[in-house]
Amino acid sequence: MKKTLILTTALTGMAFAAQAQDLTVMSWGGAYETSQVEGYNKPFTAATGINVAMVAADNPNAPIKAMVEAGNVTVDVADVEYADAVRMCDEGLLETIDHSALPAGADGTAAEDDFLPGALTDCGVANIVFSTIYAYDTTKFPDGGPATMADFFDMTKFPGKRGMRKGAKANLEMALMADGVPAAEVYGLLETPEGVDRAFAKLDTIKADTVWWEAGAQPPQLLADGEVAMSTAYNGRIFAAAVDEGKPFVTVWDGQVYEYDLFVIPKGAPNLEKAKEYVAFATSSASLAEQAKWISYGPARKSAGAMVGLSNDGKTEMGPYMPTSAANLTNALASSYEFWADRDAELNERFNAWLAAN
Amino acid sequence: MAEMTASRVPPTALLTTSDGRPLKAALARAQRRSKQRAFLLVLPLLLFIILTFVMPIFQMLGRSVHNDTFSRAVPNLVTWFAANPAGSEIDEGAYAALVADLKVMKVEKSGGNAGTRINYDVPGTLSLFKGAVRGADELSPPYKEALLAEDAKWGDPTLWAVMRSASSAYTTDFYVAAVDRRRDETGSVVRVPEDRQIYVKLFVRTFMLSAAITVICLLLAFPVAHLLATLPLSKSNLLMILVLLPFWTSLLVRTTSWIVLLQSQGVLNDVLVGLGIIGDDGRLAMINNRTGTIIAMTHILLPFMILPLYSVMRTIPPSYVRAARSLGASSWTAFRRIYLPQTLPGIGAGALLVFILAVGYYITPALVGGADGQLISNLIAFHMNKSLNWSMAAALAALLLAAVLILYWLYDRLVGIDNLKLG
Repeated sequence: MKKTLILTTALTGMAFAAQAQDLTVMSWGGAYETSQVEGYNKPFTAATGINVAMVAADNPNAPIKAMVEAGNVTVDVADVEYADAVRMCDEGLLETIDHSALPAGADGTAAEDDFLPGALTDCGVANIVFSTIYAYDTTKFPDGGPATMADFFDMTKFPGKRGMRKGAKANLEMALMADGVPAAEVYGLLETPEGVDRAFAKLDTIKADTVWWEAGAQPPQLLADGEVAMSTAYNGRIFAAAVDEGKPFVTVWDGQVYEYDLFVIPKGAPNLEKAKEYVAFATSSASLAEQAKWISYGPARKSAGAMVGLSNDGKTEMGPYMPTSAANLTNALASSYEFWADRDAELNERFNAWLAAN
Repeated sequence: MAEMTASRVPPTALLTTSDGRPLKAALARAQRRSKQRAFLLVLPLLLFIILTFVMPIFQMLGRSVHNDTFSRAVPNLVTWFAANPAGSEIDEGAYAALVADLKVMKVEKSGGNAGTRINYDVPGTLSLFKGAVRGADELSPPYKEALLAEDAKWGDPTLWAVMRSASSAYTTDFYVAAVDRRRDETGSVVRVPEDRQIYVKLFVRTFMLSAAITVICLLLAFPVAHLLATLPLSKSNLLMILVLLPFWTSLLVRTTSWIVLLQSQGVLNDVLVGLGIIGDDGRLAMINNRTGTIIAMTHILLPFMILPLYSVMRTIPPSYVRAARSLGASSWTAFRRIYLPQTLPGIGAGALLVFILAVGYYITPALVGGADGQLISNLIAFHMNKSLNWSMAAALAALLLAAVLILYWLYDRLVGIDNLKLG
């Protein structure tokens, strides 16, 4: 009996040892994780011999906060949204990252100038730009589909159910842009009570015909099932459905709301030095350009944006599907992390109350 | 002879065991040992429950009244608030204390922490704190003018009332917020504006919806359980497997199946349109509304009603109802006066189980409930995962727990908890 016990214990120990990785990265799972494994991890392991394990989370910010507060950090690098990266940095949950340690761009530009504006923060380094856009099913609109943000709210010209994310972020901005507010003035207006009222009034016009989604995988499904005629979505999900699965979905870039995803290092990460090495490697021009083959999220470096070419299937030009390509940026809004860090709780409360009022 | 007996067994002497110890003590010791052994056997489970269930729950609930992120960062301000009772003028001394704290925050990088705590109650103050911390070193006396020149918001009496409230680590602020109230500039509790009232409404909605689901479950489960209890064993076993089958299927799979069945381009609507019962443009809206939530949750929770009912009904001898009928009772009277009262323990147990489970559900309503699918547990999840306001999540959870405990207590008073049979 005792022997068996010792044996099983030893076996379990060995199993753990075999699983143990040199570096653990927490990200969002799905196609996004695949793109990071292909774009960053494989070249990183080849170059340094450090093995990387990926852990998927719904939103890495909650587990990271819990780990750091409990003093038991098992993750070395995490991929989080901009507002969360800034907030966690302010709350002292993250290691600061020295920008001068980041490699220069492929064209020799210093890192500080190569990254897009705002892509570097005290504790985070942006890797990609993702965007909330809206997409429609071409079969629902044989005489020509919607083209502007205002069309999304136009029930007479484009009848049919709408899909929107169940939350305040991006919806309020889109509502104001549809109401004729120039992108540059959106956040200034949302700071005022009148602006918020105006956004909700615009949302009121389509409330009765809207299906609310929670997970990023839902909008392509809603479109494919014919439950909605058009839906807001994350651009990568629509790209995957349209290009990889051949669905008749078209992305409307007018009024897109884009933001960064950042790599951060939780305070107390078990392999701090390797984590820093990984972040520097993964956000180099070559890695970002490689990742862009796998998913339609724009690289956060200018030099990598210039290197974006064909998708991994070897025939799709990725440029038109990138939130950062010039043609898609004509009427676009950069999500303001500062605004949402301040107003997230308040506006979501208001949004939930608005949703619950029938 | 008599003397000898007396000397060996004194008349008052206790019974002893063969080795001369008193029997009572020996018995007590043997019992104690077996009790200890029994306790040692359950000890691992007890420790497991305490460590992984009781302690984390209380630790989490503790956060609803204890949040020291602000008070820890502002020792000077805490001293000033202690020396000046509520209602006193916010003078230069207060601003000087605040600036002293801001300077420490800059060094310790705790400005975001402190700002986040105040931002819960006064939206827009996180950036106010961050801005002030950044420029803390340039501030010079008089500090009141200096801070107000930087941002007029620093003069807001509501802000100061909230800071006073947050300067104590133990606070009821989160419970105040959890019932749609807030503190105004005098520190008294007032209702938040109507367009931000949400929690009370959702508590009511959650309990109404759970009650409706419990009633529907009971109506559907009663005949099924009766059938199971009265059929011959070979047939009822087969039916029992059908009842248990959903238990072995993932919750998400079942919820998603309902989406496929109920959506407007879904199976059910297609069948109805195909049969000509409804027109193609008159497809029924059975999902992304309350109907969808009730259908999916009733299906998921039905086994929890059937099983306790079945276990009670199986033990009811059929002869009672037969006796009532033979004495002239109609079948309805026999059911109402003889059969139904005997199933009460099962009804109570099933209803309690279904209701309590329904109150805590959030994945299913979120997926099939549309705009109506927002229940109180969804907001608890929101504060846990997204806004990271764990104190608020804990306060909402504590209120939910308290409401369920009150219902449990009511049930005990009305029906009696001994009168409960779970299986």
